[in-house]
Amino acid sequence: MANQSVTPERVSAAALQSRVGRGKLEPVIFNTLNTLFMIFLVVVTLYPFLNTIVVSLNAGNDTIRGGIYLWPRQFTLQNYKAIFVSGTIYDAFLVSVARTVLSTILNLFLTTMLAYTLSRREYVFRKSITFIFVLTMYFNAGLIPGYFLMKDLHLINTFWVYVIPSMISAFNLIVIRTYIGTIPESLVESARIDGAGDFKIFWTIIFPLCKPVLATIALFVAVGAWNSWFDAFLYTSSRQELSTLQYELMKLLSSSMNANSNPAVANGAGMTQDSAASMVTPLSIRAAVTVVASVPILLVYPFMQKYFVVGLNVGSVKE
Amino acid sequence: MDETLLQEPIVPKAKKQKRQRITWSMIKDQRQLIFMSVPLLAYIILFAYVPVWGWTMAFQNYKPARSFGQQEWVGFKQFKFLFTDDSFMRVLRNTLGMSIINLILGFVTAIVLALLLNEIKKLFWKRTVQTISYLPHFLSWIIVTGIVATSLASDGIVNDILMRLHFIKEPILWLSEGKYFWGVVGASHVWKEVGWNTIIYLAAMAAIDPALYEAADIDGASRYRKMFHVTLPGIKPTIVILLIMSIGHILEAGFEVQYLLGNGLVVDWAETIDIFVLKYGIAQGNYSLATAGGIFKTVVSVTMLLFANWIAKRLGEERLL
Repeated sequence: MANQSVTPERVSAAALQSRVGRGKLEPVIFNTLNTLFMIFLVVVTLYPFLNTIVVSLNAGNDTIRGGIYLWPRQFTLQNYKAIFVSGTIYDAFLVSVARTVLSTILNLFLTTMLAYTLSRREYVFRKSITFIFVLTMYFNAGLIPGYFLMKDLHLINTFWVYVIPSMISAFNLIVIRTYIGTIPESLVESARIDGAGDFKIFWTIIFPLCKPVLATIALFVAVGAWNSWFDAFLYTSSRQELSTLQYELMKLLSSSMNANSNPAVANGAGMTQDSAASMVTPLSIRAAVTVVASVPILLVYPFMQKYFVVGLNVGSVKE
Repeated sequence: MDETLLQEPIVPKAKKQKRQRITWSMIKDQRQLIFMSVPLLAYIILFAYVPVWGWTMAFQNYKPARSFGQQEWVGFKQFKFLFTDDSFMRVLRNTLGMSIINLILGFVTAIVLALLLNEIKKLFWKRTVQTISYLPHFLSWIIVTGIVATSLASDGIVNDILMRLHFIKEPILWLSEGKYFWGVVGASHVWKEVGWNTIIYLAAMAAIDPALYEAADIDGASRYRKMFHVTLPGIKPTIVILLIMSIGHILEAGFEVQYLLGNGLVVDWAETIDIFVLKYGIAQGNYSLATAGGIFKTVVSVTMLLFANWIAKRLGEERLL
């Protein structure tokens, strides 16, 4: 004991000396540089997005002259009017909303229900079902066999191809099951004594108690559904009325990228013939669609932050 | 019969026997659990396991018009073709190249950013930077590649700044030259995911015992020594686990970025295995060759995963499977 009480004093004296020697300059320099770096990060992250918003609010024929940074030169709402007047983008927007809402509801309900059964220690198929689901995180049959399955199930060119193949994800299942494991067993036991069956316990007790983790999962699923375009590209591209917002954006993007590398194409295909719409260019339309496609999620995620940070860490315990 | 009474003696017995025997009475007791889970089991088997049957296509000269019995079986011909095909070798090189670049860039940038965020003492500022840094993660690759293409265009902001700073005299055509493509893809991944990837490291840092920092302070450790001798060792287990997990994804260089940013000029550097499969399978209708490419990818991934799992076990980390 005596030895221990002497040592820190000696050391802290030395530390004090070294601190005085280094002076107070070091923390100031570090903090300044660190703050500058963070400002750089914020600018690099936000600038492209803010610039897109500004371009979407600027007259298209003016944007082509260049020099639009963070403030519109010729403010207009024409670009937004154009996309909502033209039926295709608006319809695609509705399809995107529908698939996102439906996917989220189905995912939350089914995944939580399954997670509840897999959290019951007495359940005889608990281990085998868990294993079969976890394995799907690490392998998949691949694009071509998957395509043939959709074909055989007659899901191609239907709305359901957006929803049905992705109703349960193994990752979300593990996250929710881990969370249910933290709910006191006594709650389930007392409900059982009151004569409640498993479904009733799940629906009236477990599901409402899972709210914090379900907020995270809802965000993940909704973002995934809203952002996906490949299924529309692969399975429903021959039916325009089933196109999604992201897929429409992809079509706009690839046409304008071709236009960039080959100006002749831009004159032929990109520009609209209608001279009244000359304020609107493919570039400004693309900017407006980008804003419409990203704003719904960007309005939600900052408020979910406290949930998804926890959810992500629960999931990483056993991925 | 009382349900709870029936189950009581079974559970400890099951532990002793190791393999639980399934009896009819148990199934009857657990019928609700079974109703709630078995249909979903059937669902996942249909959507994740049944398509594996399609792998037979890789051993055939598959023609959609013929029935299964009429297909011509060709053994490993498709695989032999793949491994002697120059374009597949190029695709494999691109996949590995981009995947390794993404892996290294992704890890280093996320760890460095997490360390720097951890040094911010003003909570509000730290929160603000974090929230903003998560933003690109929520954007789709369509939007991100659109932003990348706009920023890197000949009149885009990147060339604009570089020219104003007199680093270059003429705009660089970032997306038209193969030599830049891997770097552009790596940078796009960093831009999209760096903030998001710090979450897990910051959580690991928050779990480090503050007494360690106090002890280091008393010893007169500088900020950098604390970073290297307290913070980094503290998050080492997290880094190791994440590194091992990413070994299984070594052939997952991504599909969307390369598909969306690639163009005719950079195709030799942009095509990955997934794009190869899409091109041969969906676009050209050569289902057998495309499936063989897909099988190769899955088999390598699963092998790497088992390997990673074995390493994790050897290192005494928690196993992944």
